[in-house]
Amino acid sequence: MAILVDENTKLLVQGITGSFGARHAKLSLEYGTKLVAGVTPSKGGQTFEGQVPIFDTVSQAVAATGATASAIFVPPPFAADAILEAVDAGVELVVAITEGIPVMDMMRVKAALQGSKARLVGPNCPGIVTPGHGDKSHGGCRIGISPGYIHKRGNVGVVSRSGTLTYEAVFQLTSLGYGQSTCVGIGGDPINGTSHLDVLQMFNDDPETEAIIMIGEIGGTAEVEAARWAAEHCKKPIAGFIAGATAPPGRRMGHAGAIVGGEEDTAQAKKRILAECGIAVAETPSDMATTLLEKWGK
Amino acid sequence: MNIHEYQAKELFDQFGVPSPKGKVASTPEEAAAAAQEFAGAKLVIKAQVHAGGRGKGHFKNGFQGGVHLIESPDQAAEFASKMLNETLVTVQTGEEGRLVRKVMVAEAVDITHEYYLSILMDRATSRPVIVASTEGGMSIEDVAHDTPEKIIRHHVHPLLGLQPYELRKLSAELGFHGEQSKEFCRLVAKLYKLFLTCDCSMVEINPLVSTPDGRVLALDAKFGFDDNALYRHPDIVAMRDPEEEDPREVAASEFNLNYIGLDGNIACLVNGAGLAMATMDIIKHYGGEPANFLDVGGGATKEQVTAAFKIILGDPNVKGILINIFGGIMDCNVIAEGVIAAAKETGLPIPLVVRLEGNNVEAGKATLAASGLDITSGDTMADAAKKIVAAVG
Repeated sequence: MAILVDENTKLLVQGITGSFGARHAKLSLEYGTKLVAGVTPSKGGQTFEGQVPIFDTVSQAVAATGATASAIFVPPPFAADAILEAVDAGVELVVAITEGIPVMDMMRVKAALQGSKARLVGPNCPGIVTPGHGDKSHGGCRIGISPGYIHKRGNVGVVSRSGTLTYEAVFQLTSLGYGQSTCVGIGGDPINGTSHLDVLQMFNDDPETEAIIMIGEIGGTAEVEAARWAAEHCKKPIAGFIAGATAPPGRRMGHAGAIVGGEEDTAQAKKRILAECGIAVAETPSDMATTLLEKWGK
Repeated sequence: MNIHEYQAKELFDQFGVPSPKGKVASTPEEAAAAAQEFAGAKLVIKAQVHAGGRGKGHFKNGFQGGVHLIESPDQAAEFASKMLNETLVTVQTGEEGRLVRKVMVAEAVDITHEYYLSILMDRATSRPVIVASTEGGMSIEDVAHDTPEKIIRHHVHPLLGLQPYELRKLSAELGFHGEQSKEFCRLVAKLYKLFLTCDCSMVEINPLVSTPDGRVLALDAKFGFDDNALYRHPDIVAMRDPEEEDPREVAASEFNLNYIGLDGNIACLVNGAGLAMATMDIIKHYGGEPANFLDVGGGATKEQVTAAFKIILGDPNVKGILINIFGGIMDCNVIAEGVIAAAKETGLPIPLVVRLEGNNVEAGKATLAASGLDITSGDTMADAAKKIVAAVG
């Protein structure tokens, strides 16, 4: 099962001929992901890595290949347009990897997506991995920029705002012998398509997911909303970590969304609320997996 | 990024948001000329620094206060000469204070009532929100805490934009009537346009004032801009004043390093914003104090690491360095070579602990060990944090 994507998901990449997009599209191919199309305006008719057709528009790519998911590697000034193009073409899952999209652009995109069937993940995110069953999780669906080989197919769902902290959690789990159902990077921007809560609900409904790691950081209240929902509805053990306990207020800590505005969005406040909601909070980022295993009774 | 008060006034003028008359001056002569131009009005002279608490601050030359009423062009010149090229210390500047390079001569308006007005991006709803209150001129956090019913919040639809009826509703809720209500509505409409057009993350007017002669004016303003959108606002980028910023942060930005200076003594160099914050946290957890936030991004090239080392070593408080890299896709051996090259170029006067994980990590660790440099290897984040805290002592 897993969530959002599996080994049969047909993926297209928007911005496949840019250096960043090309590099990661190639890595997804090597991981065994079904990358069926690329899109770069005015480069339709070319082929990527000798096997993936490139189209001018997402609509053409979807019509020709049946792709249902898109990874967006388009530079920030053009990324909002690329997201809307994917949605218009009927792509079900749009994963925006691009970092640095203006907040006003995302505000309009999010409003335009209201009522649409498409799901947006990101922007400014590492993407989604549902590990495969092969060696070093080969054969899974890798959308984005995560290192595929650190994964292992299993039963822990991981959701995070941060890329490298996701890798850290996945690496800890895999090293201890525990695999992942799906790992979702929701991104570090203040306005994003999919929230912690959305992903927790999906993990809760997914039979393959037995336990969950939720990684958050300072800024906003998304983790708190997710935790409050989980206290009432989530049947599965959750471990959490919140980064930024030592961040000074009012400073943007790299991620556009990682900024302490008030008393409620500090790491301390979030950790306290997570704990009150029955989530096992890891003391340090080194303990994310062990904290989960303890809560899970493993 | 922050802008000066006089620059905020320039933006207000550009968008037609009414604010008191004012002019910026870099010399006592210019200050006197500005005072002459506004002769007849009650005037005030204000030191221009990116810090609050100017009125109650003091200059290192003994002159008290960064904001003064002035009676004449001569007095404007006299006060300007005591402020310009002098260091102003306020509660927000710290003991070192800030050098005043410009002053603003502005109309001191009579005030009937002080209001609060701001527009910011609300994350929870992904919409702009207008926040207003009849209790202006004081800390809005205090108002929200003590009398939450006096805070009005109004969300704006991102695609429809701010509608006239919404303005009238807001105006009525704040108790404006007649012509003054129309003044207020016009001001908010223009402010909203400014907010959208300039990609602001926040624009805050505190206080917004009504005057006995029926005007509604923005008396003081604070702007926040979306860094991601600065590429399409060269005019706003031009307002940046590097003299007001931490020189280490200015140097870091030249190398695409995301650096924020802190007060501790353990510097860290990390790839990824979340991991960088978590690394600061784990240093603190094991009893140390982080000296900075530093995200080198997805890369970590020799040039970047070298630049980062120079910035870190330029901070006299720093007594040790922790490098924490999760090289998911990047080759850890390439990172190790970059670290060694940087350490050799800058010298390594203080303890360095490196925690590498990920792709080709064994080769990377071997390269570090064979370098002959005094580099301690950490296996996990916890192990590395404990080692650097112990080394710094």
